[in-house]
Amino acid sequence: MSRLVVGPFNRVEGDLELTLDVEGGVVREARVAASLYRGFEQLLLGRPAEDALVIAPRVCGICSVSQSLAAVAALRAAQGTEPAPNGLIAANLAHAAENIADHLTHFYVFFMPDFARAAYAGRGWQEAAEARFKAVSGAALREALPARARLLETMGLIAGKWPHSLAFRPGGVTRALALGDEMRLVALLAEFRGFIERTLFAAPIEAVIALSSAKALDSFVEGDGAAGDFAFFVRIARDLRLDELGRGPGLLMSAGAYLGPQGHRFPAGLLDTATGALRSPPLHAIEEDVSHSFMRDTAADPALAETLPDIHRPGAYSFAKAPRLEGRAVEVGAVARQAVAGHPLIRDCLARSGASDVFARIVARLLEIALLTQAMDEWTRDLRAREPFCATDAPLRDGAVAGFVEAARGALGHWASYRGGQIARYQIIAPTTWNFSPRDSAGRPGPLEFALQGLEVGAEGASSVALQHVVRSFDPCMVCTAH
Amino acid sequence: MVYNPRGETETAAAMTTTTNRETDEFAVLWLQAGSCGGCTMSVLERGGAGWLEELRRFGIRLLWHPSLSEETGAEARAILARIESGEDRLDALVIEGSILRGPEGTGRYDMLAGTGRSKLDWVRALAPLAGHCVAIGSCAAFGGVPAGAPDPTDACGLQYTASEAGGALGADYRSRAGLPVVNVAGCAPHPGWIMETLAALSLRRLTAADVDGFGRPRLFADHLAHHGCSRNEFYEFKASAEDFAERGCLMEHLGCKATQAVGDCNQRAWNGGGSCTQAGSTCIACTSPGFEATRGFHHTPKIGGIPVGLPLDMPKAWFVALAALSKSATPARVRENARSDRVARGPAPSSDKRSGSEKRTGAEKAK
Repeated sequence: MSRLVVGPFNRVEGDLELTLDVEGGVVREARVAASLYRGFEQLLLGRPAEDALVIAPRVCGICSVSQSLAAVAALRAAQGTEPAPNGLIAANLAHAAENIADHLTHFYVFFMPDFARAAYAGRGWQEAAEARFKAVSGAALREALPARARLLETMGLIAGKWPHSLAFRPGGVTRALALGDEMRLVALLAEFRGFIERTLFAAPIEAVIALSSAKALDSFVEGDGAAGDFAFFVRIARDLRLDELGRGPGLLMSAGAYLGPQGHRFPAGLLDTATGALRSPPLHAIEEDVSHSFMRDTAADPALAETLPDIHRPGAYSFAKAPRLEGRAVEVGAVARQAVAGHPLIRDCLARSGASDVFARIVARLLEIALLTQAMDEWTRDLRAREPFCATDAPLRDGAVAGFVEAARGALGHWASYRGGQIARYQIIAPTTWNFSPRDSAGRPGPLEFALQGLEVGAEGASSVALQHVVRSFDPCMVCTAH
Repeated sequence: MVYNPRGETETAAAMTTTTNRETDEFAVLWLQAGSCGGCTMSVLERGGAGWLEELRRFGIRLLWHPSLSEETGAEARAILARIESGEDRLDALVIEGSILRGPEGTGRYDMLAGTGRSKLDWVRALAPLAGHCVAIGSCAAFGGVPAGAPDPTDACGLQYTASEAGGALGADYRSRAGLPVVNVAGCAPHPGWIMETLAALSLRRLTAADVDGFGRPRLFADHLAHHGCSRNEFYEFKASAEDFAERGCLMEHLGCKATQAVGDCNQRAWNGGGSCTQAGSTCIACTSPGFEATRGFHHTPKIGGIPVGLPLDMPKAWFVALAALSKSATPARVRENARSDRVARGPAPSSDKRSGSEKRTGAEKAK
């Protein structure tokens, strides 16, 4: 048995270190470490409750709107404010723009460059992959980055700027969109749709959304969508059998995404991929274990917990805590969201593997780009130009509340207690806190640790490309993980 | 030279890993310390053909960037080793994020994965080798949000802790080119501030005279965030918003510090056309050292009804006198719109004027 330390593991958001115990070219055990701790839960204590709207988004520069909206959800729960319908819609537009931008950045900037590596020289697709997707210099970046920037002009209209906007409030958003703003939104969405229909999918988004099975996807990539980057990925994935790689632990959760006047666009749910059983997630049963974290023991319930770093804790290897639901590790993200929402393509991918895998995670993200572009079109039409965008705050009530949203990478929760208008407790569980959690006191690994067990790394060891694919398929956000 | 015509064809050659000592490219190492990654996300919004293409056009090469480079693990460590040994020239060390010195001076709250060394240690080792040292964002410049009370990680900037000189590198640090750390402040900074600073450095156009007293490039720091604010008419008449989403001036009640914070925020488009104040968000002075110390960002502290924080270089007595005068002269349109979330009343001549009334006839004057 040999022990390999892998780091800096880049093209992820933030700092990641892996420790792998390898025997005969196969990973026996993996330990996943968040190596950065900034102390946001400590920074928020004692501040006026509303200051969370300034501080919390700065947990993360890639999902700052998600952090803002989780802070908003907690304040809204404590105030009992009824938000303006336009405000919910405008916030969803900004949030969707962020989440699409994140999926796009993941695909073009973080994930695909690994297929351009020299390790794949000789594969039929490698030269084309290098020309298109090579890190820093690939041709696709010259199209994808400007398309991302153009989509993020949604933020200029709704939120002032991105990242780290202050426009999101319990009552809605601080800027009412006028007719001209709406028309600009319609125009930029049409332009973005043009980019993905030309470049990413090479087909109308409706055709992607309508894909009903893995078989239908195979026909699509050999037929109408053959010229797209999506199809290119699917062909590579079939060649490398990415659907057999990086299987998750089997429990997928969504906290419910895009709360609008008529409820969530994508529902909350907890899906067991082994049995297919779907139920409402018992969010009150979430606990955090710190047995392998650089943290002192406090309450396991995030509503009562504190964050007290302890660099000397024996056996600890990560600044991340280990969230568990009814004692089990849970995977979150686009694959969970769309599986819970019942999209037939994702359900079919999972049914074939019996679990999430590298392929399903990527397909779910790209599918979601299509779904969200369609949703943004609809939401823009739902805006009511003559009605308010922000309701006045109701007085803040003391007590413990929780706010949940779905960030691009999955479920994000803020647990807050307010006393005398100030923050008395604040706990954040971010998507990658779930996915990249360390072991718990029962020795159960986190989802990535589970997905890496049994991975063949061969003689390449730490340089194995398969290892790169499995880790990046989760699109980790390490700055959120330990915050 | 303002433009590198080598342009787009050079890409593959630029990726080779032979020593860069003989090339004239501007070699940049970008590291993220106690960071949220938001400054990188911001600069990726830059450029008609994307930021990476713009870097190439300026002859700027990323030796390594944690979010963008192919090299990972051992490959990345090898790049760092070549820089540290002097084998590769380092024209600019770019740091995003606070430097975390805790716990107890060990820097262990922020380790560079796979190296067993803290970012604090890496930054101190590499900064003396760098032609220029650039702090991207208010965290790397001054400590930023992680340095807020109770400062759980002993966070600081490269050369400042809030407004106090020192930080991780010390007040006396100078890069090989003889400059202190260049502080592209902001949370997150405008992509233009970041790229224009790097471009000016690569063209040897940024000198000691081009930064202000806190090391911030004057290309943005010579302005106040207030300059060009779309709410300026409300500011002039002291017609103030009292609730969020109202169109009036945000200074009197909602905590706006745009008259006290540097930045050409309202003279450039953010994300195609926005800005904080344009979106109804108060300016929180994110370019200022120590901005994170504010308690109650959305409320204006006052003494005797007068805001404590007055415009940066305006005598208080004048401000009070002018405010009283302008409040008494506020047109009804401005007063009404200030308390509305949209334009309630458009500009139109008041009832005592007619079209063309500026050019009154002699007969009217005589009345």
